[in-house]
Amino acid sequence: MKPAAFEYERPERLDDVCTLLAREDVMAKPIAGGQSLGPMLNLRLAQPELLVDLLRIPELRRIEAGKDVIELGACVTHADIEDGCVPGSTGSVLAGVAARIAYRAVRNRGTIGGSLAHADPAADWLSCLSALGAEAVIYGPSGQRVVPVESYLVGAFEAAMEQGEILEAVRLPAISKDTRWGFYKVCRKTGEFAQAIGAVLCDPERGVLRAVIGATNSSPTIIEDASPFFESGGPKEKPGPFNRSAARRMMVGSGLDGDDYFMQIHLIALERAAKML
Amino acid sequence: MNVKDVQLTVNGKTVSAQVEPRRHLADFLRENCLLTGTHLGCEQGVCGACTVLIDGKPARSCIAYAVACDGAQVQTIEGFEDDALMHELHKAFSAEHGLQCGYCTPGMLITARDIVLRLPDANPDRIRVELSGNLCRCTGYVGIVRAVSRVLAARRDGTKIQPEY
Repeated sequence: MKPAAFEYERPERLDDVCTLLAREDVMAKPIAGGQSLGPMLNLRLAQPELLVDLLRIPELRRIEAGKDVIELGACVTHADIEDGCVPGSTGSVLAGVAARIAYRAVRNRGTIGGSLAHADPAADWLSCLSALGAEAVIYGPSGQRVVPVESYLVGAFEAAMEQGEILEAVRLPAISKDTRWGFYKVCRKTGEFAQAIGAVLCDPERGVLRAVIGATNSSPTIIEDASPFFESGGPKEKPGPFNRSAARRMMVGSGLDGDDYFMQIHLIALERAAKML
Repeated sequence: MNVKDVQLTVNGKTVSAQVEPRRHLADFLRENCLLTGTHLGCEQGVCGACTVLIDGKPARSCIAYAVACDGAQVQTIEGFEDDALMHELHKAFSAEHGLQCGYCTPGMLITARDIVLRLPDANPDRIRVELSGNLCRCTGYVGIVRAVSRVLAARRDGTKIQPEY
């Protein structure tokens, strides 16, 4: 359970990171907190020839909380978010999600960018940030580009990035103080990866009532207008009680496919998230 | 063999070595520094037996590579001689039968100390949530949770765990 040998570099500039990652002669991988990559290295599920450490790059740790937009550098840790480094209503929502990721020792080093880039379909940030309408800011040899988080996963453990690119930051709209939020994670043991995630965002000020069904073995399923899940109400007012049969129909209609257990836990995750509104 | 120079502070002392990048911090502490109080249970970050403090915060030493800890301050279970809170935890674990084989104990103590410092009002349910990353195969956790509760209560009351050794 020891890794295969690798080389290690710890650059201090973002452009040097990209240069190292774009090398054709070695298989290189970036590493931030190492909480996802470390286990894979130790189990030899990943055998890169070169690790490029991102933790000395100052831009990757930035926290910019504006009135309308919040930007978090990829190397901001789950623990920092749990402890309230992001102010306001958005910060409270993020802190609540962060607190349920793994365990404190993991959260002290694990990063929001590392989690997203690892592209585990069951990860909390993937579903949470999709529900919040966040964008992934990607930096590479040709500069910066932006991809909605909901499209960031192209497959299990496969993110929409080219060789030489890294996830630089996450950018999300600030939510208003009247926003209602529900997030429920089905897992048997505290902190483990979710078997099912339900998330609902109700922001009357912006007319948003969005739901996300996550931990589905691929990209999260986004329901842009979740009004049909509820017996009354809509994007501009508080929704009424959750309508299970309507939700089940919509889940099937959106392409979700799995056995009875899979469908049931995803339905319940959504229902419990909706109850939190 | 590809090696790199590292220098870090371990229990207050500067340590310099040449290590392969793939050597994780737990093996560095155990093999290079001969500090065997840090244990390996899973080498995947889930069991918590390898928990140490890196720059004052609990972290998994099995998935932290020594080269990545260059310049860091590391504290292992052997490094709390002058820590009054750790002594209180030792006494409480002993009094409440919070250990049997002792394999999980160093990681449990480091996590427990962090809980007591960060969450002074934690109740048993909260303690259990916060300890969920430290697995114990012997005790069933009841004695461990009692020990942490006891230290939290003593701190709130301003008393010490008896007996004093």
